[in-house]
Amino acid sequence: MNNVYNIMIVGVGGQGSLLASRILGSVYMSKGLDVKVSEVHGMSQRGGSVVTYVRAGDKVESPLVPAGEADLLISFEELEALRWVHYLKKGGTVAVNTQQIYPMPVITGAAKYPDGIIGRIMESGVKCIAIDAASIAAEAGNQKASNVALLGAASGITGVDQSVWEEAIRQTVPANFVDVNLKAFALGKAAADKI
Amino acid sequence: MTQKEKKLLIGNGAVARGLYEAGCVFVSSYPGTPSTEITEEAAKYDEIYAEWAPNEKVAVESAIGASIAGGRAFSGMKHVGLNVAADPVFTVSYSGIGAGLVIAVADDQGMHSSQNEQDSRNYAIAAKLPMLEPSDSEECLRFTKRAFELSERFDVPVFLRLSTRVAHSQSIVTLSEREGVALAEYTKNAQKYVMAPANAKVRRVEVEKREKALREFVNTSDLNKIEWGSRKIGIIAAGIAYTYAREALGDNASYLKLGIVNPLPDKLIAEFASQVEKLYVIEELDDIIETFCRKIGAKVEGKSLFSFIGEYTPGMIRSKILGSEPAAALPADVPVRPPVLCPGCPHRGIFHVLSKMKLTVSGDIGCYTLGASAPLSAMDTTICMGASIGVLHGMNVVRPETAGKAVAVIGDSTFIHSGITGLINLVYNKTPSTVIILDNSITAMTGHQQNPATGLTLKNKPAPAIDLEAICRAVGVKRVRSVDPFDLKGVEAALKEELAADEPSVILARRPCALLKTVKRNKPLAVNAVKCVKCRMCMRIGCPALVMGEKAMSIDPSLCVGCGLCIQLCRPGAIGGNDSE
Repeated sequence: MNNVYNIMIVGVGGQGSLLASRILGSVYMSKGLDVKVSEVHGMSQRGGSVVTYVRAGDKVESPLVPAGEADLLISFEELEALRWVHYLKKGGTVAVNTQQIYPMPVITGAAKYPDGIIGRIMESGVKCIAIDAASIAAEAGNQKASNVALLGAASGITGVDQSVWEEAIRQTVPANFVDVNLKAFALGKAAADKI
Repeated sequence: MTQKEKKLLIGNGAVARGLYEAGCVFVSSYPGTPSTEITEEAAKYDEIYAEWAPNEKVAVESAIGASIAGGRAFSGMKHVGLNVAADPVFTVSYSGIGAGLVIAVADDQGMHSSQNEQDSRNYAIAAKLPMLEPSDSEECLRFTKRAFELSERFDVPVFLRLSTRVAHSQSIVTLSEREGVALAEYTKNAQKYVMAPANAKVRRVEVEKREKALREFVNTSDLNKIEWGSRKIGIIAAGIAYTYAREALGDNASYLKLGIVNPLPDKLIAEFASQVEKLYVIEELDDIIETFCRKIGAKVEGKSLFSFIGEYTPGMIRSKILGSEPAAALPADVPVRPPVLCPGCPHRGIFHVLSKMKLTVSGDIGCYTLGASAPLSAMDTTICMGASIGVLHGMNVVRPETAGKAVAVIGDSTFIHSGITGLINLVYNKTPSTVIILDNSITAMTGHQQNPATGLTLKNKPAPAIDLEAICRAVGVKRVRSVDPFDLKGVEAALKEELAADEPSVILARRPCALLKTVKRNKPLAVNAVKCVKCRMCMRIGCPALVMGEKAMSIDPSLCVGCGLCIQLCRPGAIGGNDSE
């Protein structure tokens, strides 16, 4: 299945990966491709590590992205980017929000939050787009739109037109949040373009 | 809507669409990950009556009633929910149906959100019921409609088996119009529907006749199909495992893709086996297809290569069958991130007090099972829905001397599901047990479903809210009181009194789930770094918003909802509103 484009969205339960995955699904479906999106529901959503897979191509079989075959990793948190970066293929890209949320073993002192994550990712031979998505979303008018700001930052490398993204956001986001999300998307894209 | 509209739907949404298109008129379920969204989505169609029942047994019984009365009916549940519903299921297999009756059961390979990973195909075999297993959303929709047809053709309830990955993966489906199905006529037929021994003995014979007919049918049904590729490798698979195999092996193999996983097609399997060089069965959980293959004399490999435990992946299949190298592994120093109680969760205060008082805690199923995690670590047992009260009773009978140091904790929805009978047992058989009902006004873990105590139905219509306190008193508990779980001193005082009492008591810990939209979020709190002495007392509540800094504790303002529990624990008074910094 070499013609399948593989995206992973990772983060901490509650960070909005479900909405991001639905926007991505809508983007690729509007391009006339076969799409599969694997979501996470239930207990793992409660502040745990969550991973969502988005796959698009002529024909997609498994909803899961095989390890070592992801083209794009979108991470809402630094440690989660490190957890999943080995799923990227050679030359793949990480778009990461430079936020650190300590997991409970770190909070209780049973484990240490690794240092220098962004540097380690850059050294691992993948492209890395690191942005402060929360601040960008706040600038757009709502910190909760940081998921869409990060999508904006990642959008450049997908080769999909901005208008397709914007239409997907309009279709997916509740009507009264469309404007703030479009703004967050544009600001996120601009931040990535500067890198 | 055009006839050929395409939509991206999760498997559960596609099953709901299938219910709509099949002309289903009645849905009754109890929520359970990964099955919940079937019923939530079905409820969005005005043409379908849809409800949350108090538990899966009541849900299936109600669907049986609707079916006997002549309406196409459905019930959906998770794998362990079928344990609860098993009693009516095994006997409706004898009576058969009125109009089509479909029961969806969603297995949770890998236990993403479950206490076990039982394989529901065993139920189909044991109850002698046909079971269909879709592998993506398109099949979820189509198989749901076919399940109703089969149900009516063979006079049998039909299982639809899902898995977490099928239920919660979106893929593209093609929508059709709703079939106009009139109610089937209802005529009294005691020989068919009154399963007393004399009638049941007659129906028992019918079950075997039906089994024979179904075993023939599955050999020729288009729900089972062969896809030829290279004949060096033959794969027999169903559901999500089929998609993994196709991903891993592509045209390097031929596939017998089973859409019906019970009964299994003997002639079709024998034909497929005879035309491939090496035959593999790829099935997660139990070795049901493999065992059947061996029974009919087909030489296969299955569990000698693949585990009985957890989920498979395309990479695993590739490496076991083609011998390719597994992909790179996770770096060693990445700490795990287990799920935790949310910031502002009302359960946190209760579990902190239980932990502080070093009580033995008989737990139950819900978000509050996370009270077992460090640093709260305030749970000794969790078995199944409603078990907390029975388990506590047994402990207290065997060790009466520690009854004053043991409690049961159970959520509002779980209490209604199957805790009430346990409470009756405490009263009837007189153990001085203390039960805490964690009433957060919603079924939270599965994503906020209404229940009989919330005052709203699945379709968001007002309903009488069951009075939990009145139920406890009605079954004979004399000591019933309410506490605010955020009032740590109040909780501790109430617990001390009730544990000392020489009779059963119930403490209702009442505060709505912090994630409910109606719950007001306070401004984030902050730590005064000068006053903080880093005693770590605040860390005992296990709040993800509290972080140990270099010089003082700090609070992550993006997570904190200002519940104030940490203020109650902070002896130097270092935690306060934002202005205290």
